[in-house]
Formats: sequence, structure tokens, C-alpha cells
Amino acid sequence: MNIAVVTFPGSNCDDDTVRALHALGASVIRLWYRDRDLGGIDGVILPGGFSYGDYLRGGALAAQAPVMEPLRHAVRERALPVLGICNGFQILTEAKLLPGALRPNRQGTFLSTWQHLRVTRASSLFWGLREGEYLRLPIAHGEGAYYLPPGQLASLFDRGQAWLQYVSFDGQLTAAANPNGSVANLAGVIAGSVAALMPHPERAMDAALGSADGVRLLTAWLEGIRRRSRDASS
Amino acid sequence: MAQFHATVVVTLKPDILDPAGDATAQVLRQMGYLVDDVRMGKHIQLTLEAESVSEAEAAVRQMTESLLANPVMETYTVRVDAS
Repeated sequence: MNIAVVTFPGSNCDDDTVRALHALGASVIRLWYRDRDLGGIDGVILPGGFSYGDYLRGGALAAQAPVMEPLRHAVRERALPVLGICNGFQILTEAKLLPGALRPNRQGTFLSTWQHLRVTRASSLFWGLREGEYLRLPIAHGEGAYYLPPGQLASLFDRGQAWLQYVSFDGQLTAAANPNGSVANLAGVIAGSVAALMPHPERAMDAALGSADGVRLLTAWLEGIRRRSRDASS
Repeated sequence: MAQFHATVVVTLKPDILDPAGDATAQVLRQMGYLVDDVRMGKHIQLTLEAESVSEAEAAVRQMTESLLANPVMETYTVRVDAS
């Protein structure tokens, strides 16, 4: 099973993501934003960072990078699992592979802090990560306020695409627990085989450094892919 | 006092390097568009109270010189309409 991590000009969490995947025993292939062939991969991560310097809008220019064309094709033709982290989330919304958009944080400042999250909807993409489970992950973003045009929020929840929500340290879904002004405290969404979140699981790989919940999340994603490949081959 | 709407467009002077514009132009060309140059600017809309159009325009120019634009590297245009 091969997992690809894509590096765009300005990605800065790609090495951390590769390291996290290696720690979980995954075999990793590195892709460059100019690659037009994904190779034999079973999943791909668009890592965090500041692709193209965040020029125009975060993720807007990376969404047009050459590598996005085969990626889009693989999502459409074989439901390739894609995970976007932070800037990867922005790229996936700009590429219209996920609904909505990421706006500048409500308070107008970059945020770098620990954040509690709730799994609002279980997904077969994340095997074993159950609805109602909590995660503690770091967030670090300037444009992380998830936005949906008026009237589209209910259908996001109805379709089971509202995946992760920001909650308080004691698990309450409150306005005060919303760090950046995201609609409905949304921190992560899923559409088909494409999932993304603003928090950084690859920075939460060791309890001694604050949290190992990134291990839970990434392990669940890898296990989802493993079971999917097994089902496909049997 | 009456209410006025002002539009300020701030652009980089032609000889100032614009990395954001250059990156955007490069991506547009790669998408197949015949683009020679892209310059990024800011479009700022203000609503303000003033006695007249000319007073509103003078106030907006002052705001632009002192805050909205950096005259060292940027130029700007101001347009004021009565609401």
C-alpha cells in the first residue's frame, strides 16, 4: 500500500507528514506539484503550508497545479482517498473537490494553538474513528474560517459531509469553542473519497509532545484504505 | 452632512516587483491563457459622512495617503459617489 504526499512550492508540512506516515509503518511516495502521473498509489495527502505564498487566496494557485489534474481524475474514476491538511483543505475547496471555502479567521490573526474536536460523523474513510469521539489536535492557520453560502449548511449535514467540529475542552459544541469563525464550528468535511481538516494530525504523534491523537486519526485513515484495497481485491 | 460611497483602488507602481501577480500570471499561462502580465492591487470601498463630494474626496485622499496606500511603492485612484 503506497501513500503519496504532494509537495507544492511553499508546502512546509510535507516532511512532517511523511515522517508521521513512516512512524505508522506506511510506505510513502513523494509527488511534486509538476508531476502528471500519480503512479501506483492507494491514497494521497495534500499537506499543510503556504503553497504559492498564499498569493491570490490560500490554495487557489495550487488548485491549478499540474498534479491536480490526475488527482481529480483518480478521485472521479476510482474514488482515490485524498486527505487535505490545513493548506491541503484550502487547495481541495479551491479545486472544488470539497464544498465551501476557507476565509480569513474572524479575528484577523494567525492562530496557533491546541484545539479539541468532535467526530460529528463517522466515515468508512476513517476506520474505527467513531461518531462522538474527541480529538485534541493543534491548529495553525490564518485562513481557516470554513464558509458555505447561505442555505447549503443543512444539506452538508444531511449528506453526512460535516465530519469534524471544534468543541470546548469538555466537549461542548459552543460558539466560544469556535476558534476562527467557521460556520457551525466546522473543522473538517468529507465528500466521497475526499476528506480534509484544518488541524494538523501530523503534529500530534506523541503524547509527550502534547497529544497522540494524530496517530488515531492517521491510523484510522490508513486502515480505511487498507480495508478498501482488500475488499477490492477479494 | 450627507453620506458618500468611496472606492479606492490601490496598485503597485510599475517598477515594483509583484511576486503575487507574477505567480498568478504563471499559473494562468500554464492553464493555457495568453497572459503577458498580472499586477495585484486592492479595491477598498468606504462609506463616510461629509458636507460635499469634494470634502468627502479630500478626506478619502488623506486616508489613502496616510493609511490605505503606501505612496512610496503604490499608486491609487479615488472615486466618490453620493449615496
